[in-house]
Formats: sequence, C-alpha cells, structure tokens
Amino acid sequence: MAGSASLTITGLHAGYGAVRVLEDVGLTVAPGETVALLGTNGNGKSTLMHCVMGLVRPSQGSIRATLDGQEIDLIGHSPEEIVELGIVLVPEGRRLFPLLSVEENLLLGAWRAAARPKRLANLEFCYDCFPRLKERRRQATGTMSGGEQQMVALARAIMAEPRLLLVDEPSVGLAPLLVARTMDKIAELQRRLGLTVLMAEQNFPQAVRIADRGYVLVHGRIEYAAASAAELNENQLVRNLYFGS
Amino acid sequence: MTVKTEAALRPRPALPAGHIAFWGGAALLCLALVAGFRVLDNEYAWFAGYFILQYVLLATAWNILGGYAGYVNFGAAGFLAVGAYTTVALRKAFGLDLLPCIAAAACIGGLLGLGTGWLALRLKGVYFAIATLSLAVLLHTIVVNWSFVGGSRGAYVLRPASIPPFVSYGEYLFVVMLVLAVIGVGIARGIEGSRLGMGLAALRDDERAAEAAGVPTLRLKLVATTLSGALMAVAGAPLSHYTGYLNPEAAFGLAFSVNAIAMPLIGGAGTWFGPVIGAVLLASLQQAATVTISSAANLMIVGVVLVIFAAAAPRGIVGLIRGGRHR
Repeated sequence: MAGSASLTITGLHAGYGAVRVLEDVGLTVAPGETVALLGTNGNGKSTLMHCVMGLVRPSQGSIRATLDGQEIDLIGHSPEEIVELGIVLVPEGRRLFPLLSVEENLLLGAWRAAARPKRLANLEFCYDCFPRLKERRRQATGTMSGGEQQMVALARAIMAEPRLLLVDEPSVGLAPLLVARTMDKIAELQRRLGLTVLMAEQNFPQAVRIADRGYVLVHGRIEYAAASAAELNENQLVRNLYFGS
Repeated sequence: MTVKTEAALRPRPALPAGHIAFWGGAALLCLALVAGFRVLDNEYAWFAGYFILQYVLLATAWNILGGYAGYVNFGAAGFLAVGAYTTVALRKAFGLDLLPCIAAAACIGGLLGLGTGWLALRLKGVYFAIATLSLAVLLHTIVVNWSFVGGSRGAYVLRPASIPPFVSYGEYLFVVMLVLAVIGVGIARGIEGSRLGMGLAALRDDERAAEAAGVPTLRLKLVATTLSGALMAVAGAPLSHYTGYLNPEAAFGLAFSVNAIAMPLIGGAGTWFGPVIGAVLLASLQQAATVTISSAANLMIVGVVLVIFAAAAPRGIVGLIRGGRHR
C-alpha cells in the first residue's frame, strides 16, 4: 500500500517554555528503512516524535517529509493534516480510547480520508496480523493487558494506511517476552506493508535487533549516528550508556 | 456500543430499520401522550408535562457536549436563559410569535455555544467547567442591567388564551416542547451512531491520542458545543410563555445548571437514552415534591439521588441495565 516515504530533520530546536529539550537535532530516515532513535528517559525522544506529528511546535529547524517524490514541510501543520499525509504515530504508553471496544479503536484509526474507504479490508488485515484482537474485538480496551493494548495501538496506526510510521517506546510497561514479540510485529508490518519506520526506544538490544541503523540521543543532542546495527552494537558511547562499561 | 460498531461496518440502507423504529416509536409515544392528557382533561397535566420535557431537552443538550465529548458545562442555566430572553426581547421589539422566537433562540444559543467551543480549545477539565460557570454569571449580570427586557424586575409576557387546534395554551406549549424534545433526542441519537459520535468518544477518552490518530478534534468540539448550546437555548425559549413572567433569578436558576448535569449522570451519560430516563425520573420527582412538600426541597432531592447513584451506579441507569461490560 505504501509508496516511498522519507523524513529529513535538520537543525531542530524545541522545548516547553523555558525548558529546552532538543538542540540542533538532525536525522534522516530513507524510504523503507527502520531507524532506531535510542536514548534513556528524558533525552527528548518523545518530543522529537511530537514535533514531527505537529503536537509540539519547534522553535527552530526544519522537518521535511518526502512522499512519492513530493517534498513537504511539516512544520506549522496540524496533527490531523500530518496524519492525512500518511504519517502516523503509535504514541508512548499506547494512549488507547479505554472505554471504546477494540474494533472502535481500530475504526477510529481509519479517520484519514485515504484510509476510510478501505477500512474494512484493513480491519481484516489487522485481524490477520493480530488474531488475538479478532477474538477480543468487542472488549473495551481499558480492560486489556499491556501486551494486547500495544497490539491495538499498532493496529490502530496501521488502519490509517501509514507510509511513515512513528513508534514511540513500544516496550514501555511490557514484560521482556512481549517486548520481543512487539518488535517482531513491527518488523513484520514494516516488511508486509513496505513501511518507513522511525522508532524511539530505550530497550537497546531489542531495538537494534530490528533496526537498519540508529541515532543515540543524549540530553537533546544527537551524540552518535550509526550507519548500521553492527556499528551501534560496537559503539563505546552506547556501551557506556547502556552497559556501564 | 457494540450495536454502534456493527452499524458502522454494515453498508447502510437508505433508511435503516433502527431509524424507522425510533421515529415511528417517538411519533406513537407523542400521540399517546397528547391523547392520554386530553382524556385526563387537567390543565396541570400539561403544565407538569412541559416541566419534564423541558428537562429532557436540556439534559439531552448537555449530554452532547458533556456525555459524548467529556466537556462538563456548568453554565447550562446561562444557555437556557439566553433562549428565554431571546424570546422576551424579540417579542417586545417585533411582537414575534413563539415559534420564530424559538428558531432565533437556536441561532443565538448556537453562536454562544460556538464561543464556548473557542474556550474549549484552550481549557480542559475543571478549567473549562469554571469558565462556563463564569459565562453564566456574566450573562446574568448583563440581563440584570438590561432594562429593555425588564432588568432585575423581570418582564411579563401576555400569552394568548389558546391557539386554535389546541384546547388551551398549556396544551400548545406542551406539544411544542414535546416536538422540540423529540428532535433534540433524535439529533443526539444520530450523533451517537455517526463518525462524529465516534470522534467525540475518542477525544473524551484521550484527546491527545485522538489528535495523533488524525481525528480533527478542534472541528468536532466546535460542532458539539454549537449543537449543545443551540438545543439548551431552545429548551429555554418558551420559558417566559410557560410562566407568564420571567426574571433573571428564575431564568438563571441554579436548578437548571444542576439538573442539566445530574439528569444525564443518573440516566447514563454518553448514551442518548440516559438523559431521557434521568430527566423523566428526576423532573417527575421534583414536580411531585413541589406539589406535596415545597419546591425548596427540589435541589435537595437531586443531591440525594446524585449521591446514591455516584456510589451505587456510576454509569447511571443505562449502565445498570447493560451490566458491567465496561469496567
């Protein structure tokens, strides 16, 4: 379903009032790539995601998406306009609609005009990817387990037929086994739909397992850009941050 | 809610069976009510019936914003009074009949609702509730100082003795409010099954997530506040004709604001049927208390019932009937 989609961020500064969170951040995500944005808590990963989605307005810098050869400046657009372009976020902590059923959550994901006519087919696709959700389609998502909720959050984003998928900390609050499964699902969706993926994650080993390459964000700056997953694994900075050696 | 989802999935016929059942049922109920009251042949029946129906409409209107979108409006009395005073002003200025005044009240209430929607863009939760409360106080002050509509002394409205096909003016008012209430409930029911209703439910559950999912929260909130405001003003538009005299204390009465919130909560907020049950139940109780004890007992009754429901049935009567499907 996806055409080619890429993302280029340059010189991005953002913050909340007097608090500066991102300083001169630049990164690129090429078509069909899975890029990991690594860093521990409070380094600005979510803020960066929110800037792309139009949920936070950066003070400086540019965010450009290229969709099917057409370059679009994302800054100044509202979140719904950005979703209309096919850029969709799986928010940190799932952020489902807890009183609504699984199916209602998924159908709400298909608000995007381009995805609306195909929502029934996409619903089938999601149920095919996540058979558990089909069993639970009538259940209120607020009553589901964390792993199931993460499936709903991923499926809800897929319902919008994303071209560029942003995933913010999919591992939060999940048991290690479920983190691994979630990562596998993201990789599977990326493959099946030809998505371009930017994923913010703290869980370094799991993220590197499915990423093509990655960036390490420390105190709002990109401290290291790795050209491959292998480079990430070998980098001394990463070792210091994650393994304390 | 399951019913709603399945309806959203099925290709829709031009006039789905559910709609025929609703509008047919509503028409039958209206005819039965009017016929039954005529048999009773008691002027008080029309009077009490109007009282209850006005609350059905007010509670339904509140529910569109409060129940579906989760924005609590504490200033329902302000909207209702705007409707009531629209009628007083237009009647005095142009000698208009009640029906055109109701249409005008809908427009002015809708505009005021749109203004409230603008507030809702910035304010959430408790802050929004306080802002609507202040709005009602502000409007109250304006009316008290507006001598054209009688200021704090109030205004008398001379109503006709009767309007031809109806036996009395009381019956006429009852039928007018009955039709308005059915339209209001029909609109609420329509919203509930639509994309608009789904979008409102999403922003009620998690506004940030709704935005990130591409739901145009801003537009939906404006639609909800406008509709809700218009219907509240409509509920108040005939008030001066109902009592024959209108003063700010009556029009901006605390009872309207409290009931507008209590009725949907007791009946089951977020469903079209909830406010209807809540309004019929609470308004009947209050009308009975007014006759047997004193109208001073009304707010106390609302308070007691509300406390009981908050403790025993937080999802209201509709929630009790549906059982514990949610939480």
